[in-house]
Amino acid sequence: MTASLLQMLVAQTRSEIRMRWRIPAFSLTSLALPVLFFTFFGLPFARQTLANGVSLGAFLLASFAAYAVGSIMVYGFGIGVATERGMKVDLLMRATPVPPTIVILAKVLNALVFSGISIVILIVYGALVGGVRQDLTVWIVMIVRLLAGSLPFIALGFAIGYSSGPHAAPALANLIYLPLAFASGLFMPVSQLPGFVQRIAPYLPAYHYGQLAWGAVGARTEPILTSLAWLAGYTAVFLLIAARAYRREQSLKFS
Amino acid sequence: MSASPNPSPGPVVELRSATKRYGRVEAVRGISLTIGAGEIVAMLGPNGAGKTTSISLMLGLRRPTGGEVRLFGLPPTDRRARSRAGVMLQESGTTGVLTVRELVELFSTYYPSPLPRGQAIAMAGLDDKADARVATLSGGQRQRFYFALAICGNPDALFLDEPTVGMDVEARRAFVASTQALAAAGKTIVFTTHYLREAEELAQRIIVVDHGVVIADAAPRDLMARVAGKRVSFAVAGALPAEALSGLAVAALDVANGRVRFLTSEPEAVLRALFERKVAIQDLEVAGADLEEAVLSLTRRPEQA
Repeated sequence: MTASLLQMLVAQTRSEIRMRWRIPAFSLTSLALPVLFFTFFGLPFARQTLANGVSLGAFLLASFAAYAVGSIMVYGFGIGVATERGMKVDLLMRATPVPPTIVILAKVLNALVFSGISIVILIVYGALVGGVRQDLTVWIVMIVRLLAGSLPFIALGFAIGYSSGPHAAPALANLIYLPLAFASGLFMPVSQLPGFVQRIAPYLPAYHYGQLAWGAVGARTEPILTSLAWLAGYTAVFLLIAARAYRREQSLKFS
Repeated sequence: MSASPNPSPGPVVELRSATKRYGRVEAVRGISLTIGAGEIVAMLGPNGAGKTTSISLMLGLRRPTGGEVRLFGLPPTDRRARSRAGVMLQESGTTGVLTVRELVELFSTYYPSPLPRGQAIAMAGLDDKADARVATLSGGQRQRFYFALAICGNPDALFLDEPTVGMDVEARRAFVASTQALAAAGKTIVFTTHYLREAEELAQRIIVVDHGVVIADAAPRDLMARVAGKRVSFAVAGALPAEALSGLAVAALDVANGRVRFLTSEPEAVLRALFERKVAIQDLEVAGADLEEAVLSLTRRPEQA
């Protein structure tokens, strides 16, 4: 006789959300930082229009929405997993009947919930303060795409979380994610970046992730299948790294 | 649940020639034992004896290098087996930002027929701390919290690794009372401890582990009777001849400051032999050894051999 997996998942996800909400280092950076960045880098240009008629405000808001989801995944999983490993939370969980996949799935659901809320806050803020308005369907398409396309960043977060300790993880996550977001045009359009960065950008995962959001507001610069192919490739690479680090950890702790 | 603690007959734990090696270290060097439903078992031994590794093997937290391990007749990693086991580990943590109640209720969802809401917290004596965040608990309160997590699933068997470390006197008394109540309800309890009083007080069976093997496995009373039950101590005039004690059934021999001390289960025979060997015994004392001494005499034997 075993307990219902669905009930476990619901309870685990609820706890995960409650827990993350109470850690300001996570909840504040997830929800407030994107709004702050949009205020600095987006609001000044919010009422301008791009050459193709797309609202620059909507374009920049889409960029920061992509930044927000990516950061929640990379920091949330990277720092979260490393911290819990440091506290040996996994040891106790391992002795209970809850399957590790349920625990991981709950973390993913929590990250998706925070991501969704973060984007909605950005959209509402952009509309109220910057006058950035789009059809509701545009925003819905953007949210769905960003959530569904976040897999490579979840994998990157796990790769960081399982390969670094609780003290190294925040530094490593910052070192990887901040330059990545900048160079991919999530803070300012790629066309405004230095020439050599413009040439690197099309090889970066966050650049193709940004395309998903830019496409939703009518400003993508590559076919969506190209974006998806790049994201799938990076997902595979990051998952491989994460799986290797995970297996090494498991064999140290549990074999 | 508590009326039929072990619905399927058969042992709760089975180790068959189980070994565990970490790199070059052989933590468990071949342990075979069976723990039946409703038994209260204490695992005793010095630090590094292999107690924690043995429990980890029983729970499937570690895979045996050799031999076989069964929990409720299943591989211990099987979810059906784990659903019947409550666990308290020495080294484990939880995220401190959730409250005692929140975490106990979360863990309750892992088990098919958990205790009613609040009961685990009450049994752990944490009612007044139920809404406190785990990070704010003292060391002893934290141990009680982990005890609440272990029992909240209403498991048939409890595995407690050093459960009372860090508990104050009052907390330990509450823990002993809760454990006795669980034992009375038919639960199987396996715990490690280096508080021998605790083993004597709670357990019906004591398994003494040292250097990765079982060196004694008996009821506390039988253990006392079988092992060196008497502490003998006397002074000798001059040096003790080297062969004076050779071949005699003594343990934990200690010669210091002209005084000889040892444990033995047959003091009369040993003393008779000593008199026959013309050892000049003075100031003789013979006293009953307590459990701690008895166990120490067992765990010291390999070093003297």
